[in-house]
Amino acid sequence: MRKTITRIPLFFLTLAALSACRTDIIPTPSTPNQVDSATASGMSGFYLLNEGNMGSNKCTLDFFDYTSGIYTTNIFPSVNPQVVKELGDVGNDLQIYGNRLYAVVNCSNMVEVMDVQTARHIGAITIPNCRYITFANGKGYISSYAGEQTIDPNARLGYIAEFDTTTLQITREVTVGYQPEEMTIINGKLYVANSGGYRVPNYDTRVSVVDLETFTIVQHIEVAINLHRLRQDAHGNIYVTSRGDYNGVGANTYIIDSQTNRVCDSLGFAANDLCICGDSLYAIGVQWNASTGRNDISYTLYDIGTRAKKAGGFIADGSDTHIELPYSIAVNPQTREFIVTDAKNYVTPGTIYYYNADGTLKWHATTGDIPAHIAFVSQPTNIPL
Amino acid sequence: MKRFRYFLFFGFYSALCISGLRAQDTLSVDTTRMYHIDEVSVSAKYHQTASIGSAQTLSGEALQQLNSHSVADALRYFSGVQIKDFGGIGGLKTVNIRSMGTNHVGVFYDGIELGNAQNGTIDLGKFSLDNMEAITVYNGEKSAVFQPAKDFGSSGSVYLQSKAPRFDDDKPYHVTATVKGGSFGTINPSLLWEQQLSSKMALSTSAEYLYTTGKYKFRYQTLGGYDTTAIRQNGDVNAVRAEVGLYGRVSEGSWRTKAYAYHSERGYPGAVVRGRFTHEDRQWDTNVFVQGSFQKSFGNVYSLMLKGKYAYDYLRYLADPNKDAGVMYVDNTYKQHEIYVSNANRWQIFPFWDMGLSVDFQWNKLDADLYDFAYPQRYALLGALATAFNFSHVKLHASVLGTFVRDHTLKSSANTKILKFTPSVFASYQPSHEVDLTLRAFFKQSMRLPTFNDLYYTFIGNASLKPENTTQYDIGITYNQPITHWFPMLSLQIDGYFNQVTDKIVATPTSNFFRWTMINLGYVEIWGSDIALQTTFAPIEPLTLNLRLAYTYQRARDLSDPTSDYYGGQIPYIPRHSGSVTFSGHYKTWDLNYSFIYTGERYDSSANIAANYIQPWYTHDLSLSKAFQWSKAGLKLTAEVNNLFNQQYEVVRCYPMPGINFRAIAQVTF
Repeated sequence: MRKTITRIPLFFLTLAALSACRTDIIPTPSTPNQVDSATASGMSGFYLLNEGNMGSNKCTLDFFDYTSGIYTTNIFPSVNPQVVKELGDVGNDLQIYGNRLYAVVNCSNMVEVMDVQTARHIGAITIPNCRYITFANGKGYISSYAGEQTIDPNARLGYIAEFDTTTLQITREVTVGYQPEEMTIINGKLYVANSGGYRVPNYDTRVSVVDLETFTIVQHIEVAINLHRLRQDAHGNIYVTSRGDYNGVGANTYIIDSQTNRVCDSLGFAANDLCICGDSLYAIGVQWNASTGRNDISYTLYDIGTRAKKAGGFIADGSDTHIELPYSIAVNPQTREFIVTDAKNYVTPGTIYYYNADGTLKWHATTGDIPAHIAFVSQPTNIPL
Repeated sequence: MKRFRYFLFFGFYSALCISGLRAQDTLSVDTTRMYHIDEVSVSAKYHQTASIGSAQTLSGEALQQLNSHSVADALRYFSGVQIKDFGGIGGLKTVNIRSMGTNHVGVFYDGIELGNAQNGTIDLGKFSLDNMEAITVYNGEKSAVFQPAKDFGSSGSVYLQSKAPRFDDDKPYHVTATVKGGSFGTINPSLLWEQQLSSKMALSTSAEYLYTTGKYKFRYQTLGGYDTTAIRQNGDVNAVRAEVGLYGRVSEGSWRTKAYAYHSERGYPGAVVRGRFTHEDRQWDTNVFVQGSFQKSFGNVYSLMLKGKYAYDYLRYLADPNKDAGVMYVDNTYKQHEIYVSNANRWQIFPFWDMGLSVDFQWNKLDADLYDFAYPQRYALLGALATAFNFSHVKLHASVLGTFVRDHTLKSSANTKILKFTPSVFASYQPSHEVDLTLRAFFKQSMRLPTFNDLYYTFIGNASLKPENTTQYDIGITYNQPITHWFPMLSLQIDGYFNQVTDKIVATPTSNFFRWTMINLGYVEIWGSDIALQTTFAPIEPLTLNLRLAYTYQRARDLSDPTSDYYGGQIPYIPRHSGSVTFSGHYKTWDLNYSFIYTGERYDSSANIAANYIQPWYTHDLSLSKAFQWSKAGLKLTAEVNNLFNQQYEVVRCYPMPGINFRAIAQVTF
């Protein structure tokens, strides 16, 4: 009996020995994945920003290299091990301007500025609650929810910060509507969609128009509640999406004529994300259907010239049945190949689906959590992985 | 280096345990055996049949000696229990038994369940150990026939038992005054006054104040990369607690009442992410309840138990964008009311056969100043029928619980109605009366109701949610035996189990702790084993040594979506291996306590990939105390060092835990 007893602590000791101990924490490694053969596409590659869940610090950057056909996830920590806490918390936008790659990281209150060819950290612009970024004439414009403080904390307006793309210093600021989202610039005017998403049910309904010379608001355009996306086509039209109130008021897409600054049409479909390439407007719609307990998903291809929807959308081979929750759409401007990302259940890695221009699936790959924003690179790249 | 130290310590204590010193028996009464805790301290004749499921208890000195601030800290020493700890004294701490989820854990304070219809979780970090007599964890349920219907309702239960007055000596009163203080700017005075009012009645009053700045250093570093050190901010807590209990005895019965009040203001330290190491969110809580219970036997055949409770919980949460530009303005107040009444009956049909019938009614209401809020009210009727057979070698226990729930909301379309029956069967077999060895097995089904937040929270809530179900199968052995005079106690408990969680409602945190994104994980299977070993050595008079080991293995697989690339992945925050070692030595007026806690590697997503990997953590805590005794007064001084090797770790991603910290305690009794 005694022998058995004395063996018990030894048993625990053995168990403890089997259990793992801590090791030094290495920067999260990037994962390359050969998904395609090397192809000429007019572009050298594209970056994809994964949003990651709030509070998880899991905003990550992926890269696809057309010249090798390799899709690599989470390149930022390997390239920039010295940047404290990696890319940050909740990526919200990704754009390329000149030789720089800009990632707007919402809950880290900053825009990460990288070299577009190497993804090396250059600097960061601190903007609280920053949302989207756009560029014109050597200046960048960042929309932010956090405008000037007000006595009523619920009445805090948003603002647009202008920064110099060479110095990364803020040059001017202008207050706009509530919780401003996407922006576009036409003819020296910046248009920004205000959502008012913090003020439920008192959503904002306006697009603010900012004159870039005076950096003041020249006009507000009434559109619809809870505005989000805002893109321009080649004819001076602006497409702005309304998210609705997720309840009685549905989502819709509106067109503003930038000559008159008036809403001239509505398209009658939801666009959680959209991409305009030439005269083709690609839109993904996801609307919760309470009666079925599922999302109603639509892939709409809208011809801007004929003002007509193409029957059957843009996915031709039925592969959309694999897509659980389409989250973003991007079109390669050279080849018209396009990308649909799948955010799935938000807490496991998503999937990127890469399509031929004819809507047949070419390849797919695993991404980070909530794959969301894509920027095509025309410069040759050399990412030090 | 750390690895080396760890094995050094382990080896040292293992060597101590198996060293063959001898002396005479001195079995400490506080030893943490697995035995049944009588719910009513001044109970008269009736003795409840001991639970035949698996149970673990920490009580008395063993409980007080743990270097623990709260009940949650103490629960880390139990096998099969995982604590989700957001760090610091004020950080949220929730308990998960056998990976079935926080919402499946019933927490009972002095025999009546603590409720939270809003989000279904109890923050055990708010419950002080100061006036706690015992903490018991039951797997399945406390398998008794004579208990309220609610006690049959959880997949696992934690029973917190506050100190009830005992007047063994001649004094009609006891007073204990304690001051604790230490790291994080913590000061924690408390007072317990017990007064005998008559031969049949006693009063117990306790009050406590806690202040902490919640500030501590933490460090993040990667190999060949960044290395940053900062101070945790906005983790301050200002809390007061007061309790009054009245205890009485009647012929063949007893009663007790308790009034409890707690109020706190605290900061939410928040996630540490790039560019945002500090947060400004604040929370105010007020929790008040009054509860009473009465039980009486009428001869040997029939016993009656009545319980009742009213609880009011107030919570205000403030996120002010004028202080933290990154947040949405939130200033919400949640008010919950709960009324609970229970009637339990027990009949002894034959000395070996007991029957129990209990009926509970509960009403919950939640008011919140949220837009488009549903103002839910819940009416729940629970009925339980139980029977127990106690034969010479075999004990059997079976019960069925019926739960009928009806919600009423201002959105009439969203009214949830649930009717569900859940059975349980427990059996134990003791082959020989000479050896205290018991073989046990149980099967139990239970469910947890979707919470008000799950169902009705604006935008996030989903009124069509179904209850989440669990099925548990467990086999185990319990062995208690004195070995020799110098080895007066050995207690071993081993369990193997298989659990299924179906229709699992899983939440993932968003901008703050109690706004969640609901996802339906669907189906989880858990294979696990819990092992607990407790021994007492008495090598030389007056030296007593206690050793307690706990080990848990859990393979908790997410089997919701066979098409997922991550099908079968370990569910978030559940380590495969975890365990603890607690060693205490008692020599004359000196007490030494050492504890080691190990939690193995985990993932914060069922996608078990490198990006979601969370390092194992293990901490060493040490305390030393000395007692002084004068004629009628006693003084005890304690010094504690926690996280001795200053390990920088996280239990929850982006919530750094404190490194090395200190505490001193002075306690006066008279």
